[in-house]
Amino acid sequence: MESLIEFPSMDRQHLRDLKKAIDGGFRDFSREFGETLENFFEPLLRFLVWFEKLLIATPWPAVVLVIAGLAWLGSRSKTVVAGSVLSFFAIGYFGMWQDTMSTLAIISVATLLCIAVGIPLGILMARSDRMQTAITPVLDIMQTIPAFVYLIPVVMLLGIGKVPGLIAVCIYAIPPIVRLTNLGIRLVEKEALEAADAFGADYRQKLFGVQIPLALPNIFAGVNQTIMMALSMVVIASMIGVAGLGVPVLRSISNQYLALGLMNGLAIVALAIIFDRVSQRFGQRLQRHRKGVDHG
Amino acid sequence: MAETKIGIESLYKIFGPRPQSVLAAVQQGMSKQELLEKHNHVLGLRDINIDVSAREISVIMGLSGSGKSTLIRHINRLIEPTSGRIVVNGRDVLAMTREELIEVRRHTISMVFQRFGLHVHKTVAENAAYGLSIQGMPIGQAKQQSRKWLDRVGLSGFENHYPSQLSGGMQQRVGLARALATDAEILLMDEPFSALDPLIRTDMQQILLGLQEELHKTIVFITHDLDEALRLGDSIAILRDGAVIQQGNPQDIILHPADDYIFDFVKDINRGRVIEARSVMMPGASVDGPSVAQDLVLDEALQAVSAAQSDRANVVDADGEIIGSVSLKQIIDAMARPADESDQEARYR
Repeated sequence: MESLIEFPSMDRQHLRDLKKAIDGGFRDFSREFGETLENFFEPLLRFLVWFEKLLIATPWPAVVLVIAGLAWLGSRSKTVVAGSVLSFFAIGYFGMWQDTMSTLAIISVATLLCIAVGIPLGILMARSDRMQTAITPVLDIMQTIPAFVYLIPVVMLLGIGKVPGLIAVCIYAIPPIVRLTNLGIRLVEKEALEAADAFGADYRQKLFGVQIPLALPNIFAGVNQTIMMALSMVVIASMIGVAGLGVPVLRSISNQYLALGLMNGLAIVALAIIFDRVSQRFGQRLQRHRKGVDHG
Repeated sequence: MAETKIGIESLYKIFGPRPQSVLAAVQQGMSKQELLEKHNHVLGLRDINIDVSAREISVIMGLSGSGKSTLIRHINRLIEPTSGRIVVNGRDVLAMTREELIEVRRHTISMVFQRFGLHVHKTVAENAAYGLSIQGMPIGQAKQQSRKWLDRVGLSGFENHYPSQLSGGMQQRVGLARALATDAEILLMDEPFSALDPLIRTDMQQILLGLQEELHKTIVFITHDLDEALRLGDSIAILRDGAVIQQGNPQDIILHPADDYIFDFVKDINRGRVIEARSVMMPGASVDGPSVAQDLVLDEALQAVSAAQSDRANVVDADGEIIGSVSLKQIIDAMARPADESDQEARYR
């Protein structure tokens, strides 16, 4: 009877040994390769630091101008540009300028990294069903595993700092762009591809001339999602030493500073909305050709 | 005998996980139904033998599910056959490497699709230039060169529109211009006009016939519409359940349908507009009456005879030599819709 109430679990001694073995193994691994990995990410770190310093050192009117310019290029909407400029003025006025610039830096670099890795991965995934079956569960794990869990090995390997923060952000933020690139390419109409085949297009010509352009709206929806998810990781990233808006939020949790937490939280929201509106409008403009104009 | 451009020899296509394993059974005559029930494979094409003559329009006609779209895709190997031979310009398409095949698709065979297959993210000009740009031509030059084909199909002024801004007929003209722009000698047309309104369809048929008079391409044209087949085809092959049940010129098919299935197709055709004078004439000496060209259709021959207040006419060949004669009665008899049962004997010569 006893054995039915209590699950027949592994012997405690063995369980402890197993955990010890895994921990020990990983510790040895990080001792062995930690430095190599750090060197590998060195250029990324330098770029991130350079970009962050650049944003902070640039006079604020120039930054606002560039933001307004980019918002215009992306959205072609006066409302969006005005909203962005006003948000940045508010952020500066409430003393969050420097933290916002740091956050902007890490989000931009993380997004670029996700695009650079995610789009090729999505293309690979669209190439065969076997690839898709192999990659999908990995993406599921990346999206659902609690961030704190993968922070442990990342910190063990690379310590505390910007690079592990960046990697943590990317692990969480990269799945949507991979998924939507794959989906976009798979949704390209069979007829369009068959025509390309019939005229003798090779793999590259099909990929860059037909599949990617037609998948672009979906790929762009992926970029948008990736940015949003990267922003939502800002607070967690600040736990392992990434500067930015997450730091004051973290501080206000431990000290119960309501106003500080609220302001910085709202600044993150403002960034998210700006990124979202600009990239969504841009995505819509990519689909202009889909709108049939009357030809009466 | 006209020069053969495309030769298809004992072509079989079976769809399913292991087509080779059931090929022998199909070659020994297993029916489509039996194949599906016993082996869970679908018979696509069975023992197809077709010679496509150069510089002619060869129509392959069949209803949906007859395998006609599958067949045309074998010619440029968009679909791999289960067994058989396909020879284009004397070269075995199935023996080609990937690279050779791409070369053939770029330069020798082009294609027009039922649902147009245009690239919606490209302008009309870019679509028309697609074949040339795939060949490696810079896009500017390709657009320049394909422009005359857009003009030729009546789309000048629409270069910068997107396909979604055009009507179906106009989109298919873009498809036609794209196929013509590569100067390929062979043109595969997979039900190109089936998705269009009847009036537009007639228009497009006229455009195609006009172009063909000038260009003399080797055209393989797929359709499910017998009227279209008769209007366009220099020769017609009729496909049913993946097998060719009759091939010949349009006159042959109308006058001598091979079986009930084809007879059902042709009995409602307006025979006066299809049957030509030479098909009903009696060879022999000249008679008293007007002269009609041998390829004049009966409708018009009838007009000529009655306008001349005569009851017979001489049939002359292209050089004006008299080759035979037709009587009014012969013309009218040939134009009458054949009865369903009574003249079975006559039908099955």
